[in-house]
Amino acid sequence: MTAATSTAIRVRGLRKAYAGVPAVDGLDLDVAHGEVFALLGPNGAGKTTTVEILEGYRGRDAGEVAVLGADPARSGPAWRARIGIVLQSSAGLDEISVQELVQHFAGYFPDPRDPDEVIAAVGLEAKRATRARQLSGGQRRRLDVALGILGNPELLFLDEPTTGFDPEARRDFWALISSLAGGGTTIILTTHYLDEAEHLADRVGVIAAGRIVALDTPDRLGGRDQDQAIVRWTEDGRPRTERTATPTALIARLAARLGGEVPGLAVTRPTLEDVYLRLIGQPAETLEVVS
Amino acid sequence: MTITVSPARIARSRATLEIKSYFRERDSLIFSFLFPIIMLGIFAVAFGGEDVGQDSGAPVDFARYFLPGMVASGIMLVSFQTLAIGLAVERDDGTLKRLRGTPMPPVSYFLGKVGMILVVGLSQIALLLAVAALAFGVELPSESAKWLTFAWCYVLGTAGGAVLGIAYSSVPRSAKSASAVVVGPLIILQFISGVFFVFSDLPSWLQNVASVFPLKWLAQGMRSVFLPDGFEDLEVSGSWQHGPTVLILSLWLIAGLVICVRTFRWQRRDGG
Repeated sequence: MTAATSTAIRVRGLRKAYAGVPAVDGLDLDVAHGEVFALLGPNGAGKTTTVEILEGYRGRDAGEVAVLGADPARSGPAWRARIGIVLQSSAGLDEISVQELVQHFAGYFPDPRDPDEVIAAVGLEAKRATRARQLSGGQRRRLDVALGILGNPELLFLDEPTTGFDPEARRDFWALISSLAGGGTTIILTTHYLDEAEHLADRVGVIAAGRIVALDTPDRLGGRDQDQAIVRWTEDGRPRTERTATPTALIARLAARLGGEVPGLAVTRPTLEDVYLRLIGQPAETLEVVS
Repeated sequence: MTITVSPARIARSRATLEIKSYFRERDSLIFSFLFPIIMLGIFAVAFGGEDVGQDSGAPVDFARYFLPGMVASGIMLVSFQTLAIGLAVERDDGTLKRLRGTPMPPVSYFLGKVGMILVVGLSQIALLLAVAALAFGVELPSESAKWLTFAWCYVLGTAGGAVLGIAYSSVPRSAKSASAVVVGPLIILQFISGVFFVFSDLPSWLQNVASVFPLKWLAQGMRSVFLPDGFEDLEVSGSWQHGPTVLILSLWLIAGLVICVRTFRWQRRDGG
């Protein structure tokens, strides 16, 4: 492997405007091979535009983009055979069964995975003969993923893969994605669920106004690991909140002052969601109370 | 990566998938595949016993008179209507975008559509002719020259209808409106092109409007195949006009191809 291909994705100074309004405004990004990278950001921040440029669906106004060592805007079928894309919407091909669809799409790829194995991997064995129309939302999403991983991609794009899932289906889905990541597949995930990013991603990038505003592991994003703890308790019949770097000492003082058990005691650290909301400029409720 | 998958093999696989989808979808089965056959049945039953073309010296009954119109109509339904609605829906629901994200060669996609239209179209015409001959006693031509005319009419009509359907698929704004936006104009065209009425009975300004569009020429070409020679005198021009028919159908085919190449999109307009 040469130095040029040591990163799965390399973006420098990416720009794209619609009718003069910048959607992506000088974005830089590196994603390593085998990494699970989550891209977070509010609607309209440039997330979809960025991902669609990486997937080869959109052109760009300026900047360098290399995905698996090639420019997506100039890449053909051979490059597409090395990536997998799971789009946000999943509709169409309603009258075709799971087995038929997986078998058919396998024919597009030079070196596909075994269709039966893929159907088993996404847990649709019992739905083999069922037409796409009759699948539930979650099953349909699993079919999308089956079609996305069928070509044995080196790089997999997942666009809001679990929207509309119930909690159990989401856990199953996470296990599936983790097993793919364990097999060495590079994964680019966009999601609105912060717990999903926290659970799956090696690193998280937050995009706002067309730029990456924070980039780190989920537990360190936005200085989260150095954030102060929030201690809540009840005193004189009123809820109290204090932000502190030394919660244990505070609780010891409270215990002494209140004579033993502290009523309504809770100690929390800012969640990934709190940090995310702060980064994109939305006041997070818990932080507003103390500041 | 040097391993490639044969575009021809993918095209065959696409055609199979398209044919399965077409016949499993009840709407397309009734409103494009069986529609001309149902219409022929209704005409034959409603106007049975009445003859058309007393002036030709060899009058024929209504079923036989309307058969060429139904053949022409069927060709347009299977090629134009199926592709215009089908592609509008596939573009709107993201099927095209999904395909674009795979290594499937675009040429295989279009060849798959062509394969589907040929299989569906030829089986529709075979069924239509069989019903006409067996149920309504319509006499089919036996001269090979007539079948040659049928062949070029079918090929030009289907090819033109297909590319125009692909081009027109960009007109509906969503999958929901596709049926109305496609079927409405096509019904009007059928009424003014001599499919449901005797063409020479229409006012001449309406004949002139219809003469701009391919269906009038396709229907006239099919009349030259399925009606006795004496009917040539009953045409507005007094001739089957094979030369102008080839010319006009070819012009529409070329225009459709140019529009397709220039305007075809794999994604919705709002999808960038």
